[in-house]
Amino acid sequence: MKQRMGVKIWRWSIITVVGFYLLVPLYAMFDFSTKPYGFEDSGRTLRAWKVIGTQEALFEAVTRSLITALIVMAIILFLVVPTAIWVQLKLPLLRRPFELLCLIPLAIPAIVIVVGIAPLYRWISINLSESPITLAGVYSMLILPYTYRSLSAALDAVDIHTLAEAATTLGASISRVIFGIIMPTIKTGIINGSFIAIALVLGEFTISNILNFKTFQVVIAQIGRTDGQVAVAVSVASLLFVLVLLLLIPNKKRQGAVLDVDIA
Amino acid sequence: MSSSTYVQLVDLAKYFGKVKALDGLSLDIAQGELVALLGPSGCGKTTALRALAGLQELDRGQLMVDGKDVTFQSASKRGMGMVFQAYSLFPHMTARENVEYGLKLRTHKVSSQKRKERSAELLDLVGLSSHANHYPYQLSGGQQQRIALARALAISPKVLLLDEPLSALDAKVRTQLREEIRRIQVELGTTTLFVTHDQEEALSIADRVGVMRNGQLEQIAAPSELYDRPKTSFVAEFVGLTNPISGKVSGGSIEVLGSVVKTLPGSVTSGTGIALVRPESLDVVASKSGNATVAAASFLGASCRLNITMNDGTKITAQLLSSDAAGIGAGATVSVSLLDMPLFVKAAG
Repeated sequence: MKQRMGVKIWRWSIITVVGFYLLVPLYAMFDFSTKPYGFEDSGRTLRAWKVIGTQEALFEAVTRSLITALIVMAIILFLVVPTAIWVQLKLPLLRRPFELLCLIPLAIPAIVIVVGIAPLYRWISINLSESPITLAGVYSMLILPYTYRSLSAALDAVDIHTLAEAATTLGASISRVIFGIIMPTIKTGIINGSFIAIALVLGEFTISNILNFKTFQVVIAQIGRTDGQVAVAVSVASLLFVLVLLLLIPNKKRQGAVLDVDIA
Repeated sequence: MSSSTYVQLVDLAKYFGKVKALDGLSLDIAQGELVALLGPSGCGKTTALRALAGLQELDRGQLMVDGKDVTFQSASKRGMGMVFQAYSLFPHMTARENVEYGLKLRTHKVSSQKRKERSAELLDLVGLSSHANHYPYQLSGGQQQRIALARALAISPKVLLLDEPLSALDAKVRTQLREEIRRIQVELGTTTLFVTHDQEEALSIADRVGVMRNGQLEQIAAPSELYDRPKTSFVAEFVGLTNPISGKVSGGSIEVLGSVVKTLPGSVTSGTGIALVRPESLDVVASKSGNATVAAASFLGASCRLNITMNDGTKITAQLLSSDAAGIGAGATVSVSLLDMPLFVKAAG
């Protein structure tokens, strides 16, 4: 009993410390964004938050970044996930090289990646489109380490070989097996990976700034140069947005317990 | 191919590097028959079943089903129903949806109404109508395998393939489910190939049992024949328990424990041989002038197992009806003799 109480206290102490670590900067940002502006009298003001609504460039940037995130999600769903499943099912020997390939973006600094892809994007800008949405290509590569880890964990948790064979003997083609059986089974992993990808796309600054694309974070930085409080208010809002997204990640309970069998 | 042969496995071979998973396996199965493949781990029984399902490519051989060569047909087009050792229900579908899945994929579309009727019929057959809307995680292991059986049967498979479907279940559920599988198989008349390493399972439900070893079929016969008249020492020793007792062989008979009994075909024909004697082929009677002493007695319910040390030091096991073993306990002096049953005799050494 005494031991359990000790564990409880220890657990809550950690949660409190981590909570402070995460919430204090958020509170400080909110505090800064509501401080009196310029030579105004003391007191709180929501001016910076109200100004957000008047920033057209910001809304355009948010829209573009969200579209980019959706394209990245589509690439995850229709390219990365089926490939990961295919490798796991049919090419087990390629599993390690594939994993390594997916982890490479984590090991290369963003600035190096930019230097590498700048000529390609110059060509894309001239010949295809100048839209920041074209960044979806490089972002799909950047998010691979996170998405792959999430997918790999989900795939390892389920006996996909047996599920695939069961579906095949019932008459399913390989595409039906991947899209109709395995993908719904590892839904939680896919959603986790996708949300992490959205968070990364919305938060990416280095590449888009150096390539001179006006994405969400670049526009926030520009606003910050003229009005720090608005920039901070936008940052708090985007953090809250991403937080809501992460909270939307479904509870793993049902899917995770699928093969956890209680033998009667 | 005889007229009643429905499934034919001809000279199947599959090598994994130097390992011979299948090495010239041939097997015929009649329509409506339940054949069990039995053997130790790595004998190739699962490889044979997977080859018939289309899940395992072969290096050599031919697979015929209902007169058609299916050797190179893809698994999705073979129309086999399979139940796996691992739980294989699709976790995002309810029991009913799992059962209906195969019907949805049929080339000739089955109407939604007919699918529902068929799934209801099969869920009823496996006794799980009340669990139709349960997800796999809400079902026990036994229930999941029942649904998997219903799912495999829903497509009216040409052959039902059972790959050790009971091995993950506890003993009681395993016994219940194997009886249920047999009942359903007989009721529907589905040709079935059942792979297991559990001899009790194989002997209790199969029409014929094939014992495999090193990728080949050692013997295939009705369970009683396989048990009573093994053709090789491997079959004799793998199926059931045996006591190796040496004796002199001559003229198709062997002298063991003071009795002369006939030897089975395939036995050694002369010299000293080792008779493989079933524990229940021994007659044990309490006798002060007996030729053995009981080392330990285990009560098994209807029967009783006696560990006996012969006067010459040979240790054997006998199994008697509990009523016949009354009064025979550890330390008792007993007289051991052979019942008059033919024995398989292998070469000594």
